[in-house]
Amino acid sequence: MPTININRKVFEKLVGKKLPLEKLKDRISYLGTDLEEITKDEIIVEVFPNRPDMLSEQGFARAFSSFIGIKTGLRTYKVNKSNHKMIIDSSVKTVRPFTACCIIKNLNFNEEKIREIIQIQEKLHLTYGRKRKKVAIGIYPSEKIKYPITFKALPPEKIKFQPLEYPIELTGKQILEKHPKGKEYAHLLEGKTKYPLFVDANNQVLSMPPIINSENVGKITEKTKDVFIEVSGFDFKACKICLNILATTLADMGGKIYSMEINFGNKKETTPNLNPSKMKLNLDYINKRLGLNLKEKEAKKLLERMGYKYLNKTVLIPAYRADILHQVDLAEDIAIAYGYENFNEEIPNISTIGQEDPFEIFKRKISNLLVGLNLLEVSTYHILSEENHNQKMNYDADVITLDNPASTEYSVLRSWIVPSLMKILSENTHNEYPQNIFEISEVFIHNKKTETNVEEATRLAVVLCDKDANFTRIKQVFDALMRSLKLSYKIEETKHPSFIPGRVARISIKGKKVAYIGEVHPEVISNFDIKMPVACFELNLSDLFKFI
Amino acid sequence: MGDIIETLHPLERKVIPFLKDNITLTELCKKTKLKEVEVMRALQWLENKNILKIKKDIQEVITINPEYTKTTEKGLPEKRLLLALKKSSELNEIKKNADLDKNEFNISLGLLKRKKAISFENKRIMITKEGERLLKENFPEEDLFKKLPLNYSELNEKEKKYYNEFKNRHIILTSLRKDRYITLTDLGKKLIKKDIGKDLIDSLSPQIIKTKSWQNKKFRKYDVKLEVPKIYPGKRHFVNQATDYARKIWTEMGFEEMKGTLVNTSFWNFDALFTAQDHPVRELQDTFYIKNPKKGKLPAKKLVERIKKTHENGWKTKSTGWEYKWDEEEAKKNVLRTHTTVLSAQTLSKVNKSELPKKFFALGKCFRNETLDWSHLFEFNQTEGIVVDKDANFKHLLGYLREFFKKMGYPKIRFRPGYFPYTEPSVEGDVYDPVRKQWVELFGAGIFRPEVVVPLLGEDIPVLAWGPGFDRALTAYYNIKDLRNLYENDQKQLREIKLWLK
Repeated sequence: MPTININRKVFEKLVGKKLPLEKLKDRISYLGTDLEEITKDEIIVEVFPNRPDMLSEQGFARAFSSFIGIKTGLRTYKVNKSNHKMIIDSSVKTVRPFTACCIIKNLNFNEEKIREIIQIQEKLHLTYGRKRKKVAIGIYPSEKIKYPITFKALPPEKIKFQPLEYPIELTGKQILEKHPKGKEYAHLLEGKTKYPLFVDANNQVLSMPPIINSENVGKITEKTKDVFIEVSGFDFKACKICLNILATTLADMGGKIYSMEINFGNKKETTPNLNPSKMKLNLDYINKRLGLNLKEKEAKKLLERMGYKYLNKTVLIPAYRADILHQVDLAEDIAIAYGYENFNEEIPNISTIGQEDPFEIFKRKISNLLVGLNLLEVSTYHILSEENHNQKMNYDADVITLDNPASTEYSVLRSWIVPSLMKILSENTHNEYPQNIFEISEVFIHNKKTETNVEEATRLAVVLCDKDANFTRIKQVFDALMRSLKLSYKIEETKHPSFIPGRVARISIKGKKVAYIGEVHPEVISNFDIKMPVACFELNLSDLFKFI
Repeated sequence: MGDIIETLHPLERKVIPFLKDNITLTELCKKTKLKEVEVMRALQWLENKNILKIKKDIQEVITINPEYTKTTEKGLPEKRLLLALKKSSELNEIKKNADLDKNEFNISLGLLKRKKAISFENKRIMITKEGERLLKENFPEEDLFKKLPLNYSELNEKEKKYYNEFKNRHIILTSLRKDRYITLTDLGKKLIKKDIGKDLIDSLSPQIIKTKSWQNKKFRKYDVKLEVPKIYPGKRHFVNQATDYARKIWTEMGFEEMKGTLVNTSFWNFDALFTAQDHPVRELQDTFYIKNPKKGKLPAKKLVERIKKTHENGWKTKSTGWEYKWDEEEAKKNVLRTHTTVLSAQTLSKVNKSELPKKFFALGKCFRNETLDWSHLFEFNQTEGIVVDKDANFKHLLGYLREFFKKMGYPKIRFRPGYFPYTEPSVEGDVYDPVRKQWVELFGAGIFRPEVVVPLLGEDIPVLAWGPGFDRALTAYYNIKDLRNLYENDQKQLREIKLWLK
């Protein structure tokens, strides 16, 4: 989750009140933001992903100020008309079809404001923008632009401009190959024959979204007063909300919002639209969900403390809120305003019967029996390397592999447990012997009949590793287990490349093959750098359970 | 003194007769014919009883140069040459009898000459009077060989002379070795003069019981404070000891266990939980996807249709939905479950509404695509509970949480707002860490969104849900700082770790 760094002085000025430290810490947590750190000059908080509007000093202070009751209710922002236009060329349709934009005047940039604006842009890109995939933001000094602006797409070799923080002009293709931002975001334009471009009336390139602005028309400096902002992407609604967040934030910085007309050819729309959206509130529903008994007046007050307006059983939702899909979202905000710490906790008197899964009980009984045989239970990962699972075992199982393993060390889902236990033994050669261990866990096998085309079975593996670990000893363990379960079994010699020929067997119960048992081949033992004999069995408990 | 004598172990009894000041461990081994560990054990016990002090010493150890092993069997080369000379004067014959190689032969010849044991007369080798004397004396220095290996300190004056000679001739080798020697305490000096007796019963045997021979004998007293060799019991893995305890808490609170597979389709793991298809948690760097089989099957069409519509426009849930186009193929992708909440979704789709209220819990492994380090595991245990109850509300959720965590051993917890895509309101739970004197995040909770419940259950019934990460909660009890140690399976750790006593 994203963290933002807040200048404490700016914050306190925006909030309109200075709280004592403990109270400040407490209130930040109860507003629903994780307080990471607080110093004399700075507050670092983690903002939940459903509140992109709080990813700036201004947005956070706005919410906080309402929450502590200083400036409550719906904030209104004046939107002036700029008479400037954005023309959407049809060529962007398949590349990056939408943009929402506006102009903010009177910002009078300084170093602090530039830092703030870079922070909010970065954080919005990362979260709400899904790393620029969903929406990307561009901010430009308005005075360098000759309106109207056109949003169009051109073949990359026909694009040529000097990208931000780069000494020379590059083509669209070169930007993706050479510019650091180009390399970072190249995948977003992968496979496109045309790249999107903002161009002004003088044919100056503003930017190539979602990659990079131009050096000439796309750089904010301390001399900048007015800015042009655009948000481009695939989801027009998301573009508009993101623009609303930016416009209101910059207005809170002291800017004046000027709308622009977006011309799609066949239709026109003016952005930003900061009119609040409306949602009916069913107070009974809210009260029932929260276990409260709020009167309309109380609910109204609580809503106002979360920045809403309540009128005629309807909630007016600020245009920068991206997270209100359903009344339950309002219920949560009411709960936050009410204070999570103020709820009277209760446990309802309903009677239900607790029940462990019977197979879990069975597994525990088996474990306890094995513990009684002086075996040590281990717990290993379900994921291991193909080398440990197959090659070192002299085995060639058709394993299920991960699409995106974090490392080759952990890249396949095991189809048997013994390799994991061999790995444990190989990591314990410095420890005292005997090392007699067992594990009950899941294995994964291809099976077209299941929902996932993967069958999972729970198996028990017992591995004895000692100077006198042999077939007799491991069979004794197996036999003791079967006698305790009052199950009879059939054992027949078989072949298995991980075991010594003539010392490996298949075990079946009631005609069902349930286990392998044998002495591990010395070549396999050496592959794991173990210097002691190993004997083991692996038993399918899922099958066994059916016979109980 | 009598007491001490009665406690003497058979090993101590074997060592005591040979004890004297400055005797070394090596010497004691030789004399008692015991193994070094046995003598050492006896000495340590005696030291504990204040009979003696063990001291460390560096000794020069003398051994035979392996090139001269023949010497031990057949005698010194010069002796062999002299004997051969006595027998014959024919050079080839001499060489054969002496069994010396060319080099040894020449050295021995030179040596005998220097000792004036032989002389050359008319190119013939003659044995002198001195030579005859040597033969008669039979080379006494040879005896030194038979005693090797020896410590230099054990040599007498004469032997030291031989030692120097042998050392110059490289017949012997010397090396430094740490040895131990003892000095007797006053008590020890008294003890070795005492009769320590022999007729004590050491181990009680069936024979002694049968014959009642113990009746007129004394038992040797044991030193009950002695350390004993360690033995190790079989044990459950410590994480599993704790998960069993969590199962007990859940069942005590009236929860029924849910079970399911670790591999699931994205449909169950994400879509059924109203997690938007472009949500970052579904990205490759967060979730493990399966390469083969890449996709699974979707459940009944009716349910798929409901989920699709809920995502796209809210369906009957009165939500706006995510307002995008829901992709069925994305939902088919197989993943390793990222949370046990997948079981809650599956349970809600199956639960019989006439049996409500019902409570369910799950406990099991979940997976996140993390690189292993001290604070991250890609595979970890999670536990989760849901309460499906028409009358359930937020106050109940907090009540259940308080009770559950009290039983888990966290008397002091606090709730603050949180965020999860599938709950609203959402809660983050902190537990108070009395050592660090601060709140530590431990669990998430909330009431499932109608967008989750309505498509699965067919009705907007409150479902309270909470799920603490389980492994992190264990580390404090077991005093584990590095999460990787939970599944390292170091045999020593597993043998020595404290039992789960809750």
